[in-house]
Amino acid sequence: MILEICNVTKKFGGVTAIKNTSFSVKAKEIYGLIGPNGAGKTTMFNIITGNYEPTSGDIKFHGQKINGIKPFKIVHRGIARTFQNIRLFNSMTVLDNVLIGFDYQASYTYLETIFRLPRFFKEERRVKKRAFEIMEVLGIAEYSDELATSLSYGQQRKVEIARALAANPQLLLLDEPAAGMNPQETEELAELFFKIRDEFDITILLIEHDMKFVNKLCDKVTVLDYGKTIFEGDIKDAIKDEEVIKAYLGDFKHA
Amino acid sequence: MYEDKIFTRHRLINLAIIITAIWFTWFAQVTFDEYTVRIINNVAIFIILAVSYNLINGVTGQFSLEPNGFVAIGAYVTSILIVDADTMLYQYDIEDPSAWVLAMQADFAWALLFAGIISALVALSLSFPVFRVRGDYLAIVTLGFGFIIKILAINNPQITNGSLGINDIPEYSNLYWTGGIAIFTVLAILNIIYSKYGRAMKAVRDDEDAATAMGINTFKIKTLAFSTSAFFEGVGGGLLAALLTSISPDLFTFFLTFQLLIIIVLGGLGSTTGAILGTIFVMAGLEYMRFLDEPMSFMGIETDGTPGMRMVVFSLILILVMLFAREGLTGKKELKDFFKKKKADK
Repeated sequence: MILEICNVTKKFGGVTAIKNTSFSVKAKEIYGLIGPNGAGKTTMFNIITGNYEPTSGDIKFHGQKINGIKPFKIVHRGIARTFQNIRLFNSMTVLDNVLIGFDYQASYTYLETIFRLPRFFKEERRVKKRAFEIMEVLGIAEYSDELATSLSYGQQRKVEIARALAANPQLLLLDEPAAGMNPQETEELAELFFKIRDEFDITILLIEHDMKFVNKLCDKVTVLDYGKTIFEGDIKDAIKDEEVIKAYLGDFKHA
Repeated sequence: MYEDKIFTRHRLINLAIIITAIWFTWFAQVTFDEYTVRIINNVAIFIILAVSYNLINGVTGQFSLEPNGFVAIGAYVTSILIVDADTMLYQYDIEDPSAWVLAMQADFAWALLFAGIISALVALSLSFPVFRVRGDYLAIVTLGFGFIIKILAINNPQITNGSLGINDIPEYSNLYWTGGIAIFTVLAILNIIYSKYGRAMKAVRDDEDAATAMGINTFKIKTLAFSTSAFFEGVGGGLLAALLTSISPDLFTFFLTFQLLIIIVLGGLGSTTGAILGTIFVMAGLEYMRFLDEPMSFMGIETDGTPGMRMVVFSLILILVMLFAREGLTGKKELKDFFKKKKADK
């Protein structure tokens, strides 16, 4: 088990955003976290990445408790994420955006930077080469010198994924990667995620609304509704499950 | 590889610029008259201050009003170190200087380095309360910090000679010192900007949450930028003290910070090229517009000299620049970006 969520509850004042949720993700799996709006999916992401601390319960990564660790240190441990609304660094080029992910992996000191000592050049070259490899896989290498914000929406999404991959994660969290994309782009994106998983040997946990996309991509899903887990297991069973249908389409009996 | 070619071409251009700058420093010191040399000295010191101020304010995007505080610290530390004991005993009228103040003596180079280090350490200790929270606290704290330094300088006459200030500081600053250190500062700051540290600083400016989500320790990066700024501002303060030969607490008011703020905003917040251009524009411009204060005849109209006329004209120019180039003279672009743009257009 690469990631274990053990009985996590998160309360904001009187509102319970997540209620006693547990699930676990196996290595190299593509795991879906689905549910209607306001179900607590993004809250769950923020708990995993350390932005929120759970009110009770634990998050375990490779069997080690990670709740309470600072967000940037959780990235160093191997969890990287993308955002629901793309958040690139606007004033920077695509290459620089991706290089940000390498920040903690380039090991030269401040003095070595100021005096441009050999290790600076060696490390910069290594990191840039690696950045181009990642951009190559995602098909954005040709835009490396352009401003990140000058690209199309779909390309920006890829830059954000490349940036997250640059942080060398074992677990990649994707917050609605297919949002705002047309069916063809969604199709391509699904292929891309399979490719990413195999090429970089990582586990993917994603939030998504597009059921077709989830169906194609995910091995297993957890369905949240108002902070409660209403389904956990195979995606094929999830779409037949009565509670899941009720959560998504409403309760017909009382309609 | 294509990458490496660009790399060497850039390095050659950089080398040419550095050599030209060094040559100009030497040439100016040897040939120009005293008045011109003094202006260039001033410009060089303000380049040091503006470029380092730009690192925290423009590149890292943390609105700060600190320069006058650190310039004051640097000026006082340097002065205490380079003024000899006899001169000090002679001019400290309010109270006798403390024994340790008299005992501290150093060469000019060491004094400048020490001034920088003290400034950086003060900045480091300020960082801990300030960067724990987000928002405009840095501006508020640094604004207050400038006043605190001034009050400390006035109320500790055994160290600073109070409001009388320190006089008869040896005039060590010449263009070799100011120009040389200005070149070093610009190089050091550019080296920082074009590294993982600089990228992280820009990332913090653009989106702090996303930067954290990419594994950047934003507290460390902000502290680093702030302390680096403070270091060079301290050194600049030392050079200023040894150029003016007398300092007092009134010299380092908020107006100094304000002037630097105008310079970096005019030049283009976040651009080192812009900071340098802004300095030359403001400092040299103010100096050469002095003729506006004098009586003149223009198209048959005779005017009396109006003191302060140049400030009016200067303000108008500032307003025009802000109207037509809202991001400053260069925006966020550096010199090399302008070359790149031209190439792409062809």
